[in-house]
Amino acid sequence: MNVRGWFGSIYKRLLHIHKASDAPDRYLALRRNITVIMLLVTILPLGIMAGINHFQYRKSIKNEVIEPLRVLLGKSRHSFQLFLEERLSTVRFVGSAYSYEQLTHERTLSRVFRVLKDEFDGFVDIGLIDGSGVQVSYAGPYNLLDKDYSGQSWFQEVVIRDTYISDVFMGYRKFPHLAIAVQRVEESRNWILRATIDTNLFYELISAMGLDPEADAFIVNQEGILQTRSRFYGDILEEIPFDLSAQTYGPHLMETVDPQGREVMVAYVGLEKPSFRLVVVKPRALVLRTWITLQGEMFFVFFVSVIVIIVIVMKLADALVTNIKEADDRREAAIHELEQTQKLSAIGRLAAGVAHEINNPLSIINEKSGLMKDLLAFSGDFAKKERFEQLVDGVIRSVGRCKTITHRLLGFARRKEVYFEELNLNALIKDVIGFLEKEMVYRNIDLRFQTADEMPAISSDQGQLQQVFLNIMTNALGAVDDGGRVIVTTWEEDPKTVGVSIQDNGPGMSEETIQRVFDPFFTTKKSGGTGLGLFITYGIVKKLGGDIKVHSKEGEGATFTVYLPKTAKQGEASSPEEIS
Amino acid sequence: MDKNIKVLLVDDEEEFVKTLSERIQMRDLGSNIAYNGEQALKVVKDEVPDVMILDLKMPGIDGMEVLKRVKKAYPQVQVIMLTGHGSEKDEKEARKLGAFDYLQKPADIDTIVGTIRKAYKKRIEKPLMAATFAEAGDFDSAKDIMDRDD
Repeated sequence: MNVRGWFGSIYKRLLHIHKASDAPDRYLALRRNITVIMLLVTILPLGIMAGINHFQYRKSIKNEVIEPLRVLLGKSRHSFQLFLEERLSTVRFVGSAYSYEQLTHERTLSRVFRVLKDEFDGFVDIGLIDGSGVQVSYAGPYNLLDKDYSGQSWFQEVVIRDTYISDVFMGYRKFPHLAIAVQRVEESRNWILRATIDTNLFYELISAMGLDPEADAFIVNQEGILQTRSRFYGDILEEIPFDLSAQTYGPHLMETVDPQGREVMVAYVGLEKPSFRLVVVKPRALVLRTWITLQGEMFFVFFVSVIVIIVIVMKLADALVTNIKEADDRREAAIHELEQTQKLSAIGRLAAGVAHEINNPLSIINEKSGLMKDLLAFSGDFAKKERFEQLVDGVIRSVGRCKTITHRLLGFARRKEVYFEELNLNALIKDVIGFLEKEMVYRNIDLRFQTADEMPAISSDQGQLQQVFLNIMTNALGAVDDGGRVIVTTWEEDPKTVGVSIQDNGPGMSEETIQRVFDPFFTTKKSGGTGLGLFITYGIVKKLGGDIKVHSKEGEGATFTVYLPKTAKQGEASSPEEIS
Repeated sequence: MDKNIKVLLVDDEEEFVKTLSERIQMRDLGSNIAYNGEQALKVVKDEVPDVMILDLKMPGIDGMEVLKRVKKAYPQVQVIMLTGHGSEKDEKEARKLGAFDYLQKPADIDTIVGTIRKAYKKRIEKPLMAATFAEAGDFDSAKDIMDRDD
């Protein structure tokens, strides 16, 4: 598959978020995708590495542990072989050094036996058996003289093979030993020298292996019968619970579960004679202790790392998405504000243009109807003169109304140049409240004026600011029911700006109303509103270098907030008469 | 005395200026009409008015230019701007160029006439004072007054 295409499709699926989708979902999806990607690119390699380590370490540590085991087995086999070989050679030597006649003498045999006991550990007895299998001479703790061995299998074997080493067996005294027999063949006869060896000596060899207390080492014969006592798997001559059938001369290793349920490693090696096997059993846990410890540590590190990564990735994704969301919100707000400003400026331009064009015909109507009135005044009485006068007055009144509108649109009401002076905003607002006091008392409106303890004096235009607050407060009073509440608050926004908010508990505004609240001719009043109040207010505030914001929810009242610069600053040309 | 007040109305809106002229005459003021800047300047040259009512936006020489030239040549002429156009900036400029007042169309006839009378009072103030000084033999002061910028 095309790798680039593959990556492309993953990229698309994970990172390409449709703009059209719902905003909260979009950010959720974005956060989810960022989290998934970051987790993938961090945890996946970590996991792969941990996995590789796991197997690699397991392998190498196993080798490292197994190798010494092999060496140990090899050495120990050697010791055992040597031990047996030594005994065998000794017996063979005795057979060669002494003649049958000499050995038949009880005295000679006893001396030989004494020397053997002194020089070599483990000899229990020694006996001479003639070719027919009858014990001719004997030195040792038992009375075995004249015992006939001819029917026994070992006797057959030694006659055929010249040497014989028996499995371990319990003797008359109930201790484990094995027998070594050597056949001498002379011209006239053949005879057999047989010695018994105490196998307790094996334990010395086993303990010389220096095994851990949890480990076990023992010797078994070909049938799997224990030749030495084992620590965990039974006493001498019991059968071991492992199947060691694999024929091997070199060390052989297998993993299995012992009857106690432990996972164990069984290493064994064949001893040449007499096909004994030296077995070492070690619990796997013991063999791989280092590895298990390492594995535990590695798993711990991996686990902790994964947790840390997850936490960090989630926090990071969270912070990232929050930042993106904030940036989006800010951008949207900025665009919104720009749109609002541009819309108002465009509307203002249009309104001013229309007002200008209407003013000329309006003034003609004004003058014509004025002249009619003048003429009526100078002429004598005639029929329906009074009616004519009323009609002309009606025309003139209508012209007056139009004039009010065009003049307000053109900002004639504030034709005055901005006159900046130091003023106390709180005092100014109190004055404005004073204008409205009568209405508020009459309508039982609860007006609260909350002011910052220390309001700095600001530099602005007193008259125009009065108009601004009068407009907004008149609207607030218009919005609330009788007995309603209006809260006026002033504060210092930052070292350069002060804020004034006028909050009412009226019906509030819909999103659409908020969008259009500063537009000219937009009014929600059932009657009498020109829809120019807030339009003009907006223009003045901008002209004074300030800003006005509205915040409202339907059913939760409305808040108009005016921000004013502390020091005189001519605003941008957004009022209509400056645009024309 | 009012009949002696010579008012020149300058506006490209014929219907408007004719009617206004008639109404002004009905209020006992002498009135003349010009329909554009060139015409206005010519009329002023022929017979210097006491007060001019001047529109801003006109084809050809516009109101601002007429104001400038008239005030330069005849500083004693009082010019009242009467316009449906015009911004704060225009008003500022007109006043700087020596306009007596700045009225918005449509304006009430009483306002217009009242302003004309006020302007005329100012128009004759200086010559009257100068004449008084001259009669008293103080020609220097009389000249000072006449030369003084408004």
